[in-house]
Amino acid sequence: MDQNLYRRRILINRIGITLSMLAMCLGLFVLLWILAVLFKNGFQALDLNLFTHSTPAPGSEGGGLANAIVGSLLLVGFATLVSTPIGILAGIYLAEYGDTSKTAEVTRFMTDIMLSAPSIVLGLFVYAILVAQVKHFSGWAGTIALSLIAIPVVLRTTENMLRLVPGSLREAAFALGAPRWKVTTMVTLRAAKSGVVTGVLLALARISGETAPLLFTALNNQFFSMNMNGPMSNLPVVIFQFAMSPYDNWVRLAWGGALLITLTVLVLNILARVFFREKISS
Amino acid sequence: MTEPKTNEQALKTAIQIRNLNFYYGKFQGLKNINLDIVEHRVTAFIGPSGCGKSTLLRALNRMYSLYPGQRAEGEINFYGQNILDPKQDLNLLRARIGMVFQKPTPFPMSIYDNIAFGVRLYENLRKGEMDERVQWALTKTALWNEAKDKLNQSGLALSGGQQQRLCIARSVAVKPSLILLDEPTSALDPISTAKIEELVHELKSEYTVAIVTHNMQQAARVSDFTAYMYLGEMIEYGKTDEIFIKPKKQETEDYITGRFG
Repeated sequence: MDQNLYRRRILINRIGITLSMLAMCLGLFVLLWILAVLFKNGFQALDLNLFTHSTPAPGSEGGGLANAIVGSLLLVGFATLVSTPIGILAGIYLAEYGDTSKTAEVTRFMTDIMLSAPSIVLGLFVYAILVAQVKHFSGWAGTIALSLIAIPVVLRTTENMLRLVPGSLREAAFALGAPRWKVTTMVTLRAAKSGVVTGVLLALARISGETAPLLFTALNNQFFSMNMNGPMSNLPVVIFQFAMSPYDNWVRLAWGGALLITLTVLVLNILARVFFREKISS
Repeated sequence: MTEPKTNEQALKTAIQIRNLNFYYGKFQGLKNINLDIVEHRVTAFIGPSGCGKSTLLRALNRMYSLYPGQRAEGEINFYGQNILDPKQDLNLLRARIGMVFQKPTPFPMSIYDNIAFGVRLYENLRKGEMDERVQWALTKTALWNEAKDKLNQSGLALSGGQQQRLCIARSVAVKPSLILLDEPTSALDPISTAKIEELVHELKSEYTVAIVTHNMQQAARVSDFTAYMYLGEMIEYGKTDEIFIKPKKQETEDYITGRFG
């Protein structure tokens, strides 16, 4: 046995572990720092008024984020309603029907581009084809912009999860004389259910913090509004505008909004993990 | 090529295979197969890995049609109807020719629904009738006593051997006339294997069974007829007793006695 070779391997192992620990500590340190600052400033803003009052006019005291919270819920909610069926159906097509066809190849390529496209470009696109045409900002325009971000995420996860379902399970269902749509809906999709739900939750988490696509679409609204045809307040844009303002109470509200979004994303991520764990254990 | 010589006139033929050639793209998986599968008997297919026995089985319920690039030529007559006909309705065919696979494949649903799934496809049963059918299928596969208290639990909660019997019950429940078993016990322990072999014996009173197996003793134990295949060709086919005691061909004898394969 070559002792030197063995000792060298141990040394390299130690260096490797030390380096990766350092990298982890750096990442964790930054994350904790962000969270500490966010929690310190965010919890100061957290009170009942935050949920009951709308954003204050410049210079006026108090106020809350009620309009922005409801606006964000509407925008993200509708975007989820639009993107989930489209994303899942397209994912099913890619995994079960299209497979290697030309249409499927093109769809897959486009999805990859959409996944990595800067969200501001998608916002600009919706601005150009919708907002600029009807000449006013609207909640629907914001919904469309958010959907464009969510669809590729849901689509890709659905396809990947369906591909993880073993072919033998499909064959077993076909062997009973089941038509393809029944095999897909009753067996394959069911087997991939928790993975698909995870994809939807992750897409939701992704769009609930998006600011850029809403800047030119839903814009913002100082008042409480549930009219999807008009400009609509939402948390990310309010944070963007208030955080850099000279008014103390605006800055405070921006921190409160940031905390709300972070907690939402955190909860969604935890839910996604729980769902995915269920899949693994079954 | 050996033509089967079944002297018993009373035996009816369920499937007649004539000049069957099978291709995976350019590779020829089966070469000019001729074979009669006898009704209400167990026919075993043996041979070394890659000899085409699973391919042959998968041709019988047109499972290969799921995959572009795989094709069959020749004739497979199932009670007089050529199932290789492009106009053949595959779903109806597969409802009449059931199949059980090497690894247990319970669906991600309850034990009850696993069995009801196939039945619901072609029959409109009332709740009571469906309950009876489920019990009947589970009893037939000797699973009723173990499963009757957990019909609403996931099929995935059963042990491997139980899952495989569930899969057989699922096939039996739709009342096919032919059941194809593709190495049904290769992933199971000896006790589960024994139970399934017993089951195969039971099944032949009502169904025609074709079984692929790597285990020669298993073929000898469960089957009435045995086909020995090698490199996509049917080397010898006949009564199991004759094949195992006095094979006509040297190759068959070499394989059975373990000198080859």
